[in-house]
Parts: sequence; C-alpha cells; structure tokens
Amino acid sequence: MLEVQGVTTVYGAVRALDGVSLTVEPGSVTAVLGANGAGKTTLLRTISGLVRPSSGRIVFDGTDITNASVEDIVRRGVSHVPEGRGVIGELTVEENLRLGGLYKRGEAMAPKEVYEMFPRLLEHRGSLTSKLSGGERQMLSIGRALVGRPRVLLLDEPSLGLAPRLVAQIMGMVRRLADSLGLAVLLVEQNARSALSVANRGVVLNLGTVVADQPPGELAADERLRHAYLGF
Amino acid sequence: MTNFLDYTLNGISTGAVYAAVALALVLIWRATRIVNFAQGAMLMITTYIASSVISSTGSYVVGVIVALAAGLLIGALVERVLIRPVEHAPPLNAVIVALGLYTFLVALAGMIWGATPRSFPSAFSIRGYTIGHTQVLFSPNDTFIVLVVVAVALGLAVLFRATSLGLQMRAAAFAPEVAQLLGIRVGRMFTLGWALAAFTGAIAGVLVAPSTFVGPNNFDPILISGFVAAVLGGLDSPPGAVVGGVLLGLALSYVSGYEGSALVPLAALVVLVLVLMIRPSGLFSTTSERRV
Repeated sequence: MLEVQGVTTVYGAVRALDGVSLTVEPGSVTAVLGANGAGKTTLLRTISGLVRPSSGRIVFDGTDITNASVEDIVRRGVSHVPEGRGVIGELTVEENLRLGGLYKRGEAMAPKEVYEMFPRLLEHRGSLTSKLSGGERQMLSIGRALVGRPRVLLLDEPSLGLAPRLVAQIMGMVRRLADSLGLAVLLVEQNARSALSVANRGVVLNLGTVVADQPPGELAADERLRHAYLGF
Repeated sequence: MTNFLDYTLNGISTGAVYAAVALALVLIWRATRIVNFAQGAMLMITTYIASSVISSTGSYVVGVIVALAAGLLIGALVERVLIRPVEHAPPLNAVIVALGLYTFLVALAGMIWGATPRSFPSAFSIRGYTIGHTQVLFSPNDTFIVLVVVAVALGLAVLFRATSLGLQMRAAAFAPEVAQLLGIRVGRMFTLGWALAAFTGAIAGVLVAPSTFVGPNNFDPILISGFVAAVLGGLDSPPGAVVGGVLLGLALSYVSGYEGSALVPLAALVVLVLVLMIRPSGLFSTTSERRV
C-alpha cells in the first residue's frame, strides 16, 4: 500500500537516509527500529512530506507522492503522528480532535468515537491539552489522527517518556487499530522489545540504511542484530 | 469635573481606534509572529483609496466598502509576495521587509496623491451631544466609532472561537507544522490572517481619518499608539488588544487634556517602556515573554 523506494534524504552534509526501501501493507504493523540518529524520524518526515528526499520515490496506492505537499499527503490518507508534543497545548482536547477531521468534512470520525476508544480523554474534553499527562497526550495525538480516517498511520515513538504499563497499553492499541480498521502502521520505536511484540515485521535502520527487514521472531533470534542495534 | 468627563469620553473614542489598529497588529503577530510596522502605511493607502472613491462617487458608503475590499486584497498580496519568502527566516528579516514596505508605500502615496494632507468626511456629525445645557466631547460619530470597533472585535472573537475556519487559523498560528500534518492549508491561513488584519486596519483608517486628515505620514502616530496598545494588552491576545487600546486611549486623553497634546507621543512611549519593564508579556498574554 505504501512503498518507500530507494529514498535518500540529506541534511547539509549528512545523509540521514541512504537508499531506504520498505513497504507497509494494510492491516499490518511494521516496526522501524534503531539507535538515536539512525534516521527513523527522518524516514517518517520524508514520507509525510515535511522534508524532501534527494532521490528515490514514495508511492501510496500506486500514486507517486514524493513531491506532493504535506497537506495533500495527509488528505490522501497518510497520517503522521509526530513525536512527543504533537498536541496543540493552546487548544482544548475537543478542539484538537475536531482539527484532525476538518479536511474530511462529513466523513470524519466524530470525537465521540475517539472518546469511546480513550475514555480518559472524555473527562478532559474541555480542558487545554497542556494540562494532560504524557499518556493522555499520546492517546490524544493518536486519536486525533484517527478522526480523519487515515489508511496509513505513521507513529513516531509513541512510547517515549511513558511508564511501562502505559507503553503496553499503547502497543496493544496499535495492534488493534491495524486489525480492526485495517490500518497500515509504520511504528518508529526506540523501545524495540515492545514494538516487536505487536509488529508483523521489523525493519532495523543504522546510519540511514536498512540493515535488516524480517519478521519479529527472526529479528529477536538474531543475537548479533539484537546486541548491535536493538539493545536487548 | 466636566473636563474629566470630556477627557474620559474622548479617550474611549480614540481608544477604540487604537484598539482596531492593535487588533490588526495582533492578528498578524498571531498568524506569522511578525510585528507589521507597515500596518500604518497600509491603512494610509486604503484610506486614500476611500477618499478618492468618495470624492469621485460622492458616496461615503461606497468609498468605505472599496477601501475595506482593498484592505483585504493588499493584506493578502503583501503576505503572499513579500512576507512568504521571509516567514522561515530570522525575525529581523521580516521586520526589515515591513519597514521597506512602509517606506515604499509612503513614497507611493506622495507620488499619487501629493504630500499635502486632505480632509476626510466623517460618517456622522462630529458635534458633541448636548446634555442639559452643556455640550460634551462625544459626538454621534464617536458613538459610531465605538460601535464599529466593538462589532469588529466581536466578529473576530466569533470567527476564532466558534468557527472551524477560526480553529484552523489558531492551529496554524500556534503549531504550523502540526497543523500541516492535520491537512490544514497553513499558508492559506497565514494569507487570510494578513488579509483580515489589513481589513481591520482599513476600518481603523476610515474611522480616524476625519480627525487626523489623510496624508502620507498622518497615520504614523496611530501605528505607534496601536503598537503600544497591542503590547499593553499582550501581542498574542485579541481581547487584550481591545482593552489595551481603550486603556491607552484614556491615559493619553488625560495627558492631552491636563498636560497638553504635545506630550501625547511621549506619554505613549512612557507607557510602552513601563509595560516592557513591569509586565513584558502584556496584561492578557498567555505565553511567556520572548527575548529578541
């Protein structure tokens, strides 16, 4: 559904991505793993159009979206949940949710459906999101992405700064979203173990290149890979 | 005592105009984090346009409508053509562009309309109301000014608080990148913010022109007062702009009444310095101060 073909992204003299290729299929979770600076976030930013690759192509549903605008890529159904503080602190929870679906007009998911998925958010619907806890913010930014009924979800470090119990909850939710909504999820994570626990495939990045692209079981069984890149 | 009443009434009316200019500055600050020093020159141009249309058609209403439409257009054009290229550059670049635009517009107005200020009609009578046997320093036209500014402020409040367009504009202002990732056309929101600001400025221009006259530099003091009012209220806050405008209008009216009008520009700058020393983020701002 989403194909990244030989993408190279350059920041000044640094090749943040160097010929990266991967595919993401509907109903599946692809974990992108690797150390800090491996190019994980750059990969997501390149797919969503925030940075432009210097070569390679990104194809969604058979259409080349490499040079489409950020807004158009979202509107086509590729939703990027940025790392950490993606919620807008000056707006309320409900306003954040409404924003996620404005481009869909009538077809957007009602905030009610998101509250059913995340009852904690309902309690805070009228408060500014700057008052939310880290876990609640994460739920809000994922929920907000879902409001636009995307087909691909790009998640950047959803576990960042969360307690282990919450991490497990978020990962379980990612799995359910892929299964129940048929979403194609590209899950960027430092926390390799929890990401692999819900992934269909694991892609390991190192210094901007793909060093492994395998089912999670094989990745976890490869001691050399695990020690070198995954840290467990 | 009658003096005090007069100065207060007069302060409310001039304060309303300051509030409108401050609103224009706040709209642009919120949308693009730029202080638009060309605001005064932009509203000078739209007021000249109003003046020309009024003298050729004889209709005040037509002149004002054309001026407001010109405001929307000029605001959008300035953002798209001049500001867009420096939006991601250091803030000083945009300031220099705005100052350059100010110089250009003042020179352009001089070339087209000449340097001699001309008078401008008021919408209603400027003879003060008579209460009992005393005439107060507040006229039907002052009532009109206050009502128009209140309507503009309420209109903007409804736009920002109650419509999805306003929600998108706020999101684009607070977090442009996140807004983009939510499919919001951030560039369009910025253009719209500038257009609305220039529209609000154009309103301020036609409201104040009967007392300042229309000349290439006649609106410079209004920009300074509007800027002080915006800083006083908090550059981020539209309600702050309105309150700041009225407070400043009152303060300057008392200074002018009791101490003489020559001290007014100085008093405005004293207020600016005091605000920056005591509460640099303004009375209503929710964000912390910036060091520039």
